[in-house]
Order: sequence, then C-alpha cells, then structure tokens
Amino acid sequence: MKSNNKSLFQKDLLNEAFRQSFVKLNPRLMFRNPVMFTVEIGTAVMLIVSLWTLTGSSDQGSFWYNFTVFLILFLTLLFANFAEAIAEARGKAQADSLRKTREETPARLADGRTITSAALKKGDIFICEAGDIIATDGEIIEGLATIDESAITGESAPVIRESGGDKSSVTGGTKVLSDKIKVKVTTEPGESFLDKMIALVEGASRQKTPNEIALTILLAGFTLVFIIVTVSLKPFADYANAPITIASFIALFVCLIPTTIGGLLSAIGIAGMDRALRANVITKSGKAVETAGDIDVLLLDKTGTITIGNRKATQFYPAKDIDEKQMIRAAVLSSMSDDTPEGKSIIELAGVNPLSYAVNAPRFIRFSAETRSSGIDFEQSRIRKGATDAIKRIVEKAGNIFPEEIEAKVREISGKGGTPLVVSENETALGVIELQDIIKPGIRERFERLRKMGIKTVMVTGDNPLTAKFIAEKAGVDDFIAEAKPEDKMNYIKKEQSAGRLVAMMGDGTNDAPALAQADVGVAMNSGTQAAKEAGNMVDLDNDPTKLIEVVEIGKQLLMTRGTLTTFSIANDVAKYFAIIPALFITAIPALQSLNIMALSSPQSAILSAVIFNAIIIPFLIPLALKGVAYKPIGASALLRRNLLIYGLGGLIAPFIGIKLIDIIVSLFI
Amino acid sequence: MNTEILGIIVMFTATLALALPFGKYIARVYGGEKTLLDPVFNPIEKVCYKISGINNKKEMNWKEHMVALLTINLVWFLLGMLILMTQQWLPFNPDHNPNMSADLAFNTTISFVVNCNLQHYSGETGMSYLGQMWLMFLQFVSAGTGLAAAAILFKAFREKTTDQLGNFYDFLMKSCTRILLPLSLVVALILVFNGTPMTFEGKDQIVSLQGDTVNVSTGPAAGFIAIKHVGTNGGGFFGANAAHPFENPNYLTNMVVMFAQLIVPLAMIFAFGYFTGRKKFSRMIFGVMTVGFLLLTLPNINMEMNGNPAIAAMGIDDSSGATEGKEIRFGAAATGFWSIVTTVISTGSVNGMHDSTMPLSGMNELLAMMVNAFYGGCGVGLLNFFIFIILAVFISGLMVGRTPEFMGKKIEAREMKIAMIIALLHPFLILVGTALATAFPAQGASTLNNPGFHGFSEILYEYTSSAANNGSGFEGLGDNNLWWNITTGFVLILGRFLPIIGPIAIAGLLANKKYIPESNGTLKTDTATFGLMVFAVIAIIAALSFFPALTLGPIAEYFSM
Amino acid sequence: MKQHILPAIKLTVLTIILFAVLYPLAVWGIAQFAPDKGKGEIIVYKGQKYYSNIGQSFTEDQYFYSRPSAVGYNAAGSAGSNKGPSNAAYLAEVQARIDTFLVHNPEIRQSAIPVELVTASGSGLDPHISVAAATVQVKRIAQIRGINPARLEQLIAEHTDKPLAGLFGPEKINVLKLNIALDEMSKANNQ
Repeated sequence: MKSNNKSLFQKDLLNEAFRQSFVKLNPRLMFRNPVMFTVEIGTAVMLIVSLWTLTGSSDQGSFWYNFTVFLILFLTLLFANFAEAIAEARGKAQADSLRKTREETPARLADGRTITSAALKKGDIFICEAGDIIATDGEIIEGLATIDESAITGESAPVIRESGGDKSSVTGGTKVLSDKIKVKVTTEPGESFLDKMIALVEGASRQKTPNEIALTILLAGFTLVFIIVTVSLKPFADYANAPITIASFIALFVCLIPTTIGGLLSAIGIAGMDRALRANVITKSGKAVETAGDIDVLLLDKTGTITIGNRKATQFYPAKDIDEKQMIRAAVLSSMSDDTPEGKSIIELAGVNPLSYAVNAPRFIRFSAETRSSGIDFEQSRIRKGATDAIKRIVEKAGNIFPEEIEAKVREISGKGGTPLVVSENETALGVIELQDIIKPGIRERFERLRKMGIKTVMVTGDNPLTAKFIAEKAGVDDFIAEAKPEDKMNYIKKEQSAGRLVAMMGDGTNDAPALAQADVGVAMNSGTQAAKEAGNMVDLDNDPTKLIEVVEIGKQLLMTRGTLTTFSIANDVAKYFAIIPALFITAIPALQSLNIMALSSPQSAILSAVIFNAIIIPFLIPLALKGVAYKPIGASALLRRNLLIYGLGGLIAPFIGIKLIDIIVSLFI
Repeated sequence: MNTEILGIIVMFTATLALALPFGKYIARVYGGEKTLLDPVFNPIEKVCYKISGINNKKEMNWKEHMVALLTINLVWFLLGMLILMTQQWLPFNPDHNPNMSADLAFNTTISFVVNCNLQHYSGETGMSYLGQMWLMFLQFVSAGTGLAAAAILFKAFREKTTDQLGNFYDFLMKSCTRILLPLSLVVALILVFNGTPMTFEGKDQIVSLQGDTVNVSTGPAAGFIAIKHVGTNGGGFFGANAAHPFENPNYLTNMVVMFAQLIVPLAMIFAFGYFTGRKKFSRMIFGVMTVGFLLLTLPNINMEMNGNPAIAAMGIDDSSGATEGKEIRFGAAATGFWSIVTTVISTGSVNGMHDSTMPLSGMNELLAMMVNAFYGGCGVGLLNFFIFIILAVFISGLMVGRTPEFMGKKIEAREMKIAMIIALLHPFLILVGTALATAFPAQGASTLNNPGFHGFSEILYEYTSSAANNGSGFEGLGDNNLWWNITTGFVLILGRFLPIIGPIAIAGLLANKKYIPESNGTLKTDTATFGLMVFAVIAIIAALSFFPALTLGPIAEYFSM
Repeated sequence: MKQHILPAIKLTVLTIILFAVLYPLAVWGIAQFAPDKGKGEIIVYKGQKYYSNIGQSFTEDQYFYSRPSAVGYNAAGSAGSNKGPSNAAYLAEVQARIDTFLVHNPEIRQSAIPVELVTASGSGLDPHISVAAATVQVKRIAQIRGINPARLEQLIAEHTDKPLAGLFGPEKINVLKLNIALDEMSKANNQ
C-alpha cells in the first residue's frame, strides 16, 4: 500500500495518459482552459493554412513549414493534455489500489444471506467474524473486535474497535482478527470518501478552486493582452510594408500566451490531491488542500501528536526507611495485571520479570473509578497502586501515617508536569512512581519549522493547566488548551477565526464533529466516528495526528507550484520575443537584425525554434508539476527571493539557451 | 561639475526633500486634522456646502463615491462643451478667436476634464481668455478629482474592515483648496516676477529690431501655467507649451515648474504611508517608481546631450546636443530630463519638442506613458500603481505558498478580474487605436509630419498619450480633424475613468473583507524583494504588450539611423 | 445619481468663482507690483517696444543671427519644426542651412558651426543663442561693421548670462539685447 516511492511515470499509467491526451482534445473539454483553448484554435487555423498552401498559393510559405508549425502546436496541445492525464491517472491509480481491497468482498447479512459488498446499501447490517474482510465502511453496533488495518494504513499493529463511543468505525478492506461484530453500513455504494475522491481526480466532479479561478482569470487576461498585441500587429506590419504570414502570427501568439502554466495548471491541482492521498489523506475537495496552505493556527491533540501515546514511568522514589527493591517489587506486582501502557512502562522501567517473584494464588484487583487504584492480593500481601489521594485514604483508614516526604515528592512531580502514582503494601505507603509524558523526538524542531512558516501551534489536552503548561513549554508549542472539553476547542477555533485566522484541527470523536466542521481544515481520523468523518474535509487513513503538519505543507506546495510556474511561464516571453520579433521583420527591415541577439540562423528557424521550445518545456516541467515545488520554511521574504531567483531569473534565461540550442539543430534541416 | 547636470540633480533632490513634509501635510488634510489654511478655507467651504446642499460629513462607500465623481465630471463636460462652442460671442476675447467646432470642443473638453490636456488647438489662436479661464478651472478640479480618488484608496487601507470611505465632496474640495490652490498661487507669483504675463490685454504688434512686423500673443498666463503643472495637467497657455519664452522665461522658472509638477505625485506616495501608518510600504513604492524613473530619464539625458548622429555626421559642432526643438536657456540635459518627468507623471507639458528627440528617447517617453505609474499623475499615478501591486501580490503570494493577500485582505477572483481588466485596458486602447489609424491611412497616416518609422511613432504616441491621459504629443501630427478628435476623445474617457473606478472598486471590496493578521508566512509587501517583483510585473506587462509596436516605431528608426 | 446632479451643478458654479475668478484676480492683482505689471519683460529702444523674452528674427549679416524658427519669430503663434531626427528631408534642410552659413561666413570651418544655429527651437521664439554661436559670427560682423573683433568678443562676454546662481543650467546670450548693444557700439564708432 505504501506506494510513495513508485516512479513518477509507470508504464500502464503512461498508456492510459496517452489515450486521454487525445480524448481531451475535444473542444468542449478544452474550453475549460481558456489558454489552451486558444492554442487549439490556432492549431486548427494552421491545419487549414497548411492545406491551403497545397493549392499552390505560396504567399504563406511552403507547405512543409506550415505543416511543421501545425504539428508542433498539435504537440503542444497533446503535451498539456498529457500533463493533466498523467496526473489524473496517477491519482486514480492510487485511489484504485485503495479501493481494490474492498471490492467484491462477500458480506454476511444479519439474516444469514451472503451478498457482495457492491450490493450493500446504507443501513444494511452485516456480521464479521475473525478472519473476515470487512466489506465496506460502517459502524459497529454490537460487539468488539481486534482489527488489522494494515491494508489501509500500513500500520501492522492491530487495533481494537467496539460498539459505542469513538472507536466504533470500521473501514472496508480491513480484516477482523478476533471476536465477532455487527456492522451497520454508513455509506451508499459509490459514495464513500474514496469514491468521492476518485471522482474528484477523474475530473467529472472536479471544480476549480477559488484560487485556481483567480489564477485562470490572470492567465486569461494575459491571453487577451496577447490577442490584442498580435491582432493589432497586422495593420502595424502592413503599414511598415513588412507583411507577416499567418504561421508567424500564430507562432508569436502561442509563444506569448502563458501556455506553460496554462497546460500544467490542472495537473498541479490534481497532483496536490494525489500527494495528499499518497500521505494517506483523503481530501473531499481540492479547495481543502488549497486552504491547508493558508492555515495560521494548528490545533493538535497532545496525545499521539506531541507526546508518544501515553505516559511512561520514569523514576521510582521509595519512602524513607523503605528498601528500593521492596518498593520496586510492589510496583511490578501491582502492575502485572495492568495492561495499560502506563502499567507496562512500570515493568519496563523496573527491568524485572514479574514472574520471577514467588506469588501464590494471586487475586488481581482491577482499577475502578471508585477506588481509583488497582493491585494484587496474595498470601498476606495486599499491594495497591493508585492516585495519591486514593492510596492516602487507604493508608490513613488503617491508622497508619502517610509519610510527609511522599507528599512532598508528589507535589514536586506534579509541578514538573508528571503524574505521581503511590504504591502501598498492607496499607503502608512504600513510595512514588513518577510517570512522565514523553515528548516525541524531533517534534520541537517540527514546531520550530511551523513557526517559521508563520503557523501557530496549539496543544489540546485534558491535563490540568500546570501539567499542560509544562509540556507545552517542553515541546515548544505556542499555546495550549488545558482540561479541554470539546466545546473549548470549538470556542478557540471561533476566537481565532474571528481574528481572521484560518484554523486546522484533527479529531476523531463524535464530540469533535462540530469543531471539525467549524475549522477551516478539519482532518478526521479514519478510526473516528462517521459523524466526525462527515464533518471534516479530509480523512486521514493512518489516524496519525502529526499528519496535519504534512497536510499544511502539501497545501503550500500546491500554491507555490502554481506561483512559480506562472512566473516561469511569463518570464519566458522575453526570450521568445527576441526570437520571433526580429524574425517577423528582418526581411522587410534589415536594420532589425541587431535585435536578433541570439543570432538565430533564419527567420523560419527562429520561429520554429521558439514554438518547439514552447512545446517541449511542458513535458520538461511535468515532473515538477506533479511533485510540487519544495517548500522551505525560511520566511516569506526569503522564500520569495529564492523562488524569484530560480523561477523568475531562470525563466528569463532558460529559453535564451533552449531556443538557441534548438535553432542550431533546426538550422541543419532548413 | 557640469552646470546642466547639477541643475537637474538639484531640481530633483530639492523636490524630493520637500515632498516628505508635504506628504505629511497631505495626510493631515485627508485625515481631517487641523492644518494651517483651515481658518481661510473652512468658512468658504462651509458656505459652498450650504448653498449646494451637500453634507460633507456623510460617509460614502466606494459605489457612492464613484456616482458622485462621475456625476460632477459629467456636469463639467456639458458645461465645457457649451463654453468652448460659444466662446467667440462671450466676453474676454480680445483676439477675436472663433468658436470651436463640435468635434474639437468634444476633444478639448474631455481632455481637460480627464486631466490630460491633449491640445488639438493652439492657445494663441484657438482659445479666448474666458475659455482659458474655464480650462484653468478644469485643471483645478480634474486634478482634485484624481487626488480625491486616491484619498478614497487611502481611507480603504487605513481601517481594518469598513465600507465608510469618507466623503467625495470633502476630498475634492480639500484637494483643491488645501493642496492645489496654495501651491499654484506660490508658483504663479514666481512666474509673474520672472516675466510670465498675467494680463487681460490682447495681442501686441511690434516691429522687430531688424524691421519685421510681428504680433506677440499674451494673456493671463501665469495663473494658468502654475496650476497646469501643480495639477499635472500640462496644457499649454501657448501652443509651444513650456518651451514658450512667456510660459517658461528662464532656468529658474524651469526649475520651479519642474518642482511644481513633481511635488504632488511624490508627496502623495509619502502621504499614503503617513495616512495608513505604513511608511515602509510607501518607501517601497517610492523606490520602485524612482528606479523606473531613473532607468528612463538617465538614458534620455545622455542621448539628448549627445545629439543627433545624423547631424554629427555633417561635421559641425554638436556639443550643445540635440538642439532641434529645444531652447538654449534650458539646454539639452534639462530638456531630456523634463521629457521623462512629464511623461512618467501625466503632465504632458513640454519644454522641448518630443517629436524631435532621439528615437530611443522617444521610446522612453512612450514607455513612461505606457507604464503610467512611475509617480504618475495627481492621485491617479498611485491608483495605476495599485493595479500592478495587486498583480504582483497575486503571483508572489502564491510563490510563498499562501493564497494571495494584500494588507491583510485576501485577493480573490473578483479583485483579479477587475485588476486584469484595468491592466488590459491600457494596451487595448493604445494598440487598437494605433491599429485603426494605420489600417485607415487616409484618416490617420495622412496627417503625419514625418515619414517612415518615425511617422508610425507619431500615431503610437498620440494614442499612448491619450490613454495615459498625458497630453504631450509628437506634435508634428496634424491632429485637429474629425478622426483624431473623436477617436482620441473616446480613448481619453476610457483611459481616465476605468482606471479610477477599477482600483477604487478593488480597494472598496478589500476594505469590506475580513482582516487577516500578519504572520511569518505572510508575504511582506514592504520589502525590496517585493518591490523587485512589482517592478518585474510592470516591466513585463509594459514590455510584453508594447514591444512589437515599439519595434516598428522607435527601435526600427534607431537601428536604421 | 439624481441626488448628486443639483449639488454638483451648484458646487461647480461656486468653485468656478473660487478657481477661475478669484484665483486669477489675485495673481493679476499681485502682478501689478511686478516689473512691467505682468505684461512680460519689456525693453524700449529708440522708441520701439520689444519683449526681451520673445526672440526676434535676425537674418541680416550685420546682426548676430538668431536660431532658425518654424514660425518665423511671429509670436502670434509658437511651434517647433517637429521634424524627426531621421527625417531625410529635414536633414537635407539642415545641410542647406550649413551651406548657407558657410557662404555667409567663408572663413569659418564647418566643424566650428554650433548645431543650434542650424536647428530650429522648440517654441520658434527662442531669444537665446550659445556663446559659441555668437563667437562664430564675430569675424563676419567685424568685417561688415568694421569693428575690432576683440571688442566684439568683449561685448559677447558682457552679455553672456551666467548659469543660475553660477551653478545651474547653461550659459546663454540674449540675441536681441546683444544686437541692440551691437547697434549702440556701431553708433559710438561712427560718431
């Protein structure tokens, strides 16, 4: 499933893209792209002119010259179509491979019938047992199961899903490893998020994003300017007794209008969604990716994003007069039956195998909300581990004294953002276990990077403000919401938005749904509830909270790719002018030879070279359009300088070199 | 150092030094703060508003502003037609100059209403003194209109989110009474004391020392010449404009009127910074404009001082430079400098004949008007520049990975549409106009004064000057006929009001949008990098649209010489 | 729009009074204190009134020539030639002026002819020539008038207008004033 490393052009994709390049020549499809549509008209005119020259009329130059111009323009169109087609094909292939896993899976209905997944309708209920592939997206309405989601997420560790609560959602294509569940279908066939995404990529329901529309207006404007320039040139040239052939007119026009960006624009947009998909994020619209680039504030859940899963035991503090070994033994034994990550981490920290202690006929005491402690009873021992006040109550109830140094240690640990657990044996406090949040390695650097992008990070946590502040500082986030209730998130988002900022968040629970909907970019975890997934505008298949950061970068990349290629395309015009304008007039006005600074060999070869350069630059830039321009968090001004230098200055210089080289080759033939 | 060069440097730097405090003053004027002239003009304005039934405190949104602006301009136009077509019968006509034909009156009125002052008549023979006074009135209010429009833009970017953009009449009157009138008065007095006439007597007949009998036209010129420069109008009282020894008698007056035409456009740039609290942004604008200005003006000074190579080839002493069409008292350097000052800002007055400048000097004059935003005319220069800023913001905003925003406001499809239309309009008017004139040579090309490429340049110049509302000309063109009067008349109207409405509409729309605070990822628009981007956008749009036309005009002429 | 029409008309009338009546009247009023009461700088010589700023045509060999003019120094109008720098007919005209000048000043080398003496000014009324343009005519005038060339050169020096404040702009000579002084000098010689 991890196909991120596949090459840009796979053979089967290429074939499909080639075919689509021709299909897309249909003027009705072409009309959506005003720049390339005008090229298509020009190409048609050149075909007519070429045929016209066959009738013996020679004032337009030879048939072969005109026909060559026609061919190159035709290629320009194909290249542009190919760019879009290959982007579509890649996106589709990526989505298809996700979808394939869930096609034609048999589903056992509650009434015992077995039908294929394709026949499942919203509201149907089917049953899955260990070993079954879940037929389609749905919600568990009964039971609990461990599920292997590696087909979707690539994560091999199985996860637990159960009815009710926030972990009730299952994804089609994943495999049930144990137990039995009843699943209610939540989507109509062909309407899952993946289906929607595929439709987006295929273009059927692809709508131009607001920024794409604005950019199209800019490009259409440039196209109009050059229509005026070329049309008005006709009387100018006639007046100067320097008549221009139709081929030259059309060549000039096609070279001047921004065909490079015009041809690559939709490919860039599709590639943005595709890159998201490659990161295992399904976007519900192209606009969401674009908006992600504008995000000012990121709401991040502490757990999983900033800290590794759960707290870990980091230190044992035995009470005075208590041997450390004794305390560790009690801590380990009390955690034997505790399979929470915290419990496991205590055993890990102790470095002792619990089975090495001689324990006869143990009785495990499970954690309950009333006792707020857990433990083990065996022989004469009653070992307990739990929250400070809970253990204190047990100790004092038995008439023993809760040691002062333990109280002090507890306060100290809390102040450092940790969680203290007190261990007791036979109603005597033995010591304190310190549990600490472990900040993910590298996360601080990541936040630093975000800060340089101008993005404010906000940590959302259920911890008390003191702990939250400590972790926030340690992780380097800009702000935090402590003791967060779902409505706190909502309020925070609204507050930021009313100040004009765009907010992104990730969530999974039904509680999160309103906030997900309110956020400008809401990424729902695939493991989350259906409500959450409906409310957000992206779904993360990996359930990885750090994904938000990637999504933002993908959005920025998308916008940058548009901007840089537009700059490149327009900067190219300068060189093209110096190729074509002298070529147009040199015959009639020999003095203009001085403008031929590239020393192109002849007017015809100059025009052909410019048109050829104009055509082949498109396939040259397809990889860039698909991969996107690399985003560097170096501040907006530095980034602008950098991109201006590479794509502005580069766009100015590259065609001078390219056209000259092409001219050297072309001049061998004419 | 060469005294001619030194003269230019002092002219420019002195103006610049004064532009800063004057910009501060303008910001105070539009901000409604107390200014020095309040005691004089507040009561006068109050009376004006009272009689006219205007509430100058009523805040307008951008649309109301535009309606008010267009309505009063229409009134001026109609009244202007009436006066110019009946001036023969009206008082103050000692030289018995005739009524204007309808087409000439149409062209002239529009030309003065739109702050262009393209003159298809000659002042001495075509205009009564009453007519001149009327035109002088238009020079005040048309400049005032441009300034008022810019003030709306100021206002739109001062507030975070608003549609209350001040009152049009308030801006108009304040522009005229607090900015234009006092400056004009000072300049007029300097002119009068240096030999410019201010009299209502008619032509004088004299017999020259050598015994020739000639007439000398005179008139109330000083007041007119002052506002024509202060308001960047540029229409000459006399045919030869500021080359005429009465209009511009000596080097001092030349420096003074140069100051007069530069001061308001320069000060407006700084006023924007003071008014909106974005001084660094103002400096960026000033930097870009000045680089553009210098890139055009330095070659011109050089080329005009070097002289005409075709005449140098005749083996005479051409150390005075290209003196054809120039006055000895200014010299080639000051005239070359002026040729760009007058074309980058939309004055269009000339102290030497542009038609006779060197081919590439002519190209730079054309380019200055094609860009029309390096300083630019009273108020409107900033509006034109604003369009380029929007385009630059859009492209460079994307390049830093955000959807584009400017001063905390998102630039979206609607703003882009308007910006693109306005950016398109200029090449459209110039190229289509020129194309028509060359396509129907019986109309356009037959009126040329020069053959070949230079003749083509004359046509191109006329439409460029009209579209840019500049008013200078390659004056060899026989432009007083039906074709030129009507076609340039329409170009003038479109080239004035759309570029005012467009930027104001964008500013109005943006002002209404939600304000987005700046972050590290926001594109900074007050940096040199962004300035470079704006410059590139200007250069590319101007160069790309006009390069073919320039090739067939001045560039071909240059290489053929 | 309707609500703006009447106010616009009224405001127009009022502002006409302000800008087209009061303002010019103020300038006119102050002009009465200017030299020659705002009628242009006037000099009177032998009972004849001249405008010192308006150039005059001097084509006779006994006077310092003024520059060629597109309007023949008739200040009822004003204009330059508006000839383009590459215009062949124009260049031929300049060549003809050079030839004429050489006929009238046979002792002058072609390379000494200042360009402004063979090119028309912008206004057609340029009252000035450069110092070089005056000096180049000294030999001719000295011969015709029988004045010592050195005295003529001194006359030129006396009538040379220095740059503004000695710093800004070119040097120049007012041809009318120079020629009046020349006549005066001849008169003194003949007495």
